[in-house]
Amino acid sequence: MLGKLSLDAIPFDEPIIMGTGAVVALGGVLILGLITYYGQWKYLWTEWITSVDHKKIGVMYFALGLVMLVRGFADAIMMRAQQAIANNDAAGYLPPHHYDQIFTAHGVIMIFFVATPFILGLMNVVVPLQIGARDVAYPFVNSLGFWLSAVGAVLVMLSMFIGDFAATGWVAYPPLSELGYSPTVGVDYYIWSLQVSGLGTTLAGINFVVTILRMRAPGMNLMKMPVFVWTALITNILIVAVFPVLTATLAMLSMDRYFGMHFFTNELGGNAMMYINLIWVWGHPEVYILILPCFGAFSEIIATFSGKPLFGYKSMVYATASIGVLSFFVWLHHFFTMGSGANVNAFFGIMTTIISIPTGVKLFNWLFTMFRGRVRYHSATLWTIGFMVTFAVGGMTGVLLAVPGADFVLHNSLFLVAHFHNVIIGGVVFGCLAGMSFWFPKVFGFTLNEFWGKVSFWCWLIGYWLAFTPLYVLGFMGMTRRMNHYDVPGWHPWLVVALVGAVIIGAGILALIVQIAVSIRDRKQNWDLTGDPWDARSLEWSTASPAPFYNFAHIPDITSLEQHWEDKETGRAGVQPRYYEDIHMPRNTAAGFVISAFSFVLSFALIWHIWALAVIGLIGMIATFIARSYDRDVDYYVPAAEVARIESARYALTRKAA
Amino acid sequence: MTGRSLVATARALWPVVLLALGGCSNLELLDPKGDIGAQEKHLILLALGLMLLVVIPVIVLTLAFAWRYRASNTKATYAPKWAHSTAIEVVVWTIPCVIVAFLAVLIWRTTHSLDPYKPLESEVAPVKVEVVALDWKWLFIYPDYGVATVNRLAVPVDTPIDFELTSASMMNSFFIPQLGSQIYAMAGMQTQLHLIVDTPGTYAGRSSAFSGPGFSDMHFDTVATSRADFDAWVQAAKAAPATLDDATYKLLEQPSVKAPVTTYAGVAPGLFDSIVSRDAADRMSTLASNASTPICTTPEPASRRND
Repeated sequence: MLGKLSLDAIPFDEPIIMGTGAVVALGGVLILGLITYYGQWKYLWTEWITSVDHKKIGVMYFALGLVMLVRGFADAIMMRAQQAIANNDAAGYLPPHHYDQIFTAHGVIMIFFVATPFILGLMNVVVPLQIGARDVAYPFVNSLGFWLSAVGAVLVMLSMFIGDFAATGWVAYPPLSELGYSPTVGVDYYIWSLQVSGLGTTLAGINFVVTILRMRAPGMNLMKMPVFVWTALITNILIVAVFPVLTATLAMLSMDRYFGMHFFTNELGGNAMMYINLIWVWGHPEVYILILPCFGAFSEIIATFSGKPLFGYKSMVYATASIGVLSFFVWLHHFFTMGSGANVNAFFGIMTTIISIPTGVKLFNWLFTMFRGRVRYHSATLWTIGFMVTFAVGGMTGVLLAVPGADFVLHNSLFLVAHFHNVIIGGVVFGCLAGMSFWFPKVFGFTLNEFWGKVSFWCWLIGYWLAFTPLYVLGFMGMTRRMNHYDVPGWHPWLVVALVGAVIIGAGILALIVQIAVSIRDRKQNWDLTGDPWDARSLEWSTASPAPFYNFAHIPDITSLEQHWEDKETGRAGVQPRYYEDIHMPRNTAAGFVISAFSFVLSFALIWHIWALAVIGLIGMIATFIARSYDRDVDYYVPAAEVARIESARYALTRKAA
Repeated sequence: MTGRSLVATARALWPVVLLALGGCSNLELLDPKGDIGAQEKHLILLALGLMLLVVIPVIVLTLAFAWRYRASNTKATYAPKWAHSTAIEVVVWTIPCVIVAFLAVLIWRTTHSLDPYKPLESEVAPVKVEVVALDWKWLFIYPDYGVATVNRLAVPVDTPIDFELTSASMMNSFFIPQLGSQIYAMAGMQTQLHLIVDTPGTYAGRSSAFSGPGFSDMHFDTVATSRADFDAWVQAAKAAPATLDDATYKLLEQPSVKAPVTTYAGVAPGLFDSIVSRDAADRMSTLASNASTPICTTPEPASRRND
């Protein structure tokens, strides 16, 4: 009846987990209680949960990413503490089975449930506004995609308290991830959380490719798209191309685990090397999926705060596109040490170094954007400059790892760990946080507190260097990754420094939360009445802050790459139009939320082998989808008079501010 | 900048890098004890030096431009419309291209010269070691001497060591940082590695691929001695009380952590091959086993030597 699920699944004997569980449960009850007390359920349901507004979905993606960042960071600090303690073969405070789950969860959470929601959130908020559209191409699919991602995150969180999580490393190599060596539900949680959220990401990818290709404002040909939209386009093409590979790979792994098949086992002709190839065919493009939109965000920010157009727009576009293409030809550099021949290794090594050409060009273009500019040190600027310096080093160590002869000794060492944190923190995290401080007023109508933003930046920057420089050194000392304890006294001081760095990063995360809280408290002093708080250049700054739900009262005509800047130059910006039209908008729908809720039932049941419940979940998903397909009431018109009322109020405020 | 001067500059940078990184004596990768490790150390420093030629200017220019063109510095030129310069574009595309061209040549050459499968050239006959990754310990079989050890690798100095590796269950990576290259050990596969030691001593050996709960304790000592001491060790090993017959191996194969160093006087003939091909009998099709052939099984060493 309940499959493998019983009370034994709850780890009562693990005080750390039970303590965390109690805190999470109490916090959850508190939040639910507060929502009930203030009577906000209806508001949440109509304005957020069922919303198909791309800006609100973007905000929810970002909120999901921030919550999961805290969880992922908790994992990180526990690992750093363990390694700072477990010197001289001391056991530390985390037994291997718990520690192994933590580093697996840390990787999975940071990539799938922090970085991915962040970039999807950024693209959701920014892309329709930058191309002059009123929403994405498929608003319902957008809502569905978000809720599927959220279900994936819920599954990962749940695994901590009911059952366990994979203890395999974040890419779950077989044979370790096969049933014979990982008999608990941990790997099943891994598989289904990634399958569900991966489906969400794929849907988002399709949605954005169509949105960008089909919904640009009249006159915006491809070479008039802002760079952020270009990076989003390439990223989403990559998503559509490679996420199905992840889905198929995990499907084969689950067939091994559920049906006793032998795709990747040691027996009956199974071949783990196939999994390793497939997972990195997805995995390497994945890191470009994450970094490209951040490159786009930095491009917008550096141009805006330098008071100049981006240097070398065309270069930037071609560099982005070529990174997208090249990302498919490098996956083997993740396993030069698997015994491929010299020709194969050399080919993939050279292809990988070639990616550093367009990436290097981008760095040069950003610094020449500052050249002869008027650089304003907003916190978004600081994130950008911090990124340029940090990422240059991370790129260099990446190219070093791409040299097979060097990788033969650096592979799987802490040098590797330092490298990918160097590019992911220095690139993706800095980029998303820069983007957040840059576009926040466009969504909420007020700017973020600058003091706490800068505190957060300096903590992150110093914390990053303090936490990961020792890891580079430890790589040269021969320390390999994922060690629970060690017997080399020389490693210990470096690991203590790394712990200090991680604590400082923690202060950076705390400052980020304080920044958001203080900004909400002081919002009345920081209203952005102009819609253009940074004197920026692209279309999203031509509409009000917060952007009205229909984005633009009139779909703009595009004549320039920097439309809003040109409008400001020619005096066309901020002029209220004389008449308005009815606006066609999508209706909110609960279908995305309901389908995702059923997907949770399905996944949870599959994880625990509760087959009857799984059937209910699957039927629920399909039935809801069919019901939604027959729903003809999916759109409505905002009357012109209503638009005129909203717009007139906005222009009145702007005039008052001026 | 000509190619030669580029390399010369990179060479000139070596001591700086060495000083920066080598201040610590326990940087194992920068203190190699064998030819492969030494080549890889030089490769790392050369590649780093080449890349620093771009990376340092980029960082310096970033900070310099950010400071020079700060909004409060009204003396600096402000060119609010300037966004294109063909000359600069050519330069910023050319510089990384040149560096990558050098790296590409370097990669092609060194990937071939450092190919783990390539036998080392030496007048001394190599010592063969068959390595089996077990849960969670290393088994070393010396087929030429009929002895075996657990968690202790004895090798003579200045003698090529020909490793053949496999795993009984999990995927592991066999790695002795001070000797150089690592290679995966995988069940049902056979990989190769060729290393050499030039200084007697004890060097840490590790598994660098996570393989489950006992992973952190899966390390071993590599004891490199003179040929005479090694021969003496082999003789002593042959007198060890235990032998590695099939029953002992079955026992040894059971998962265990921190297995004591053990020496076996005899080894069941063909043990290594039977571990590699243990599943071959129940393989569903020849296709599956053929699929693994091109990557990981042994090509004829003789033919590899010829190319």
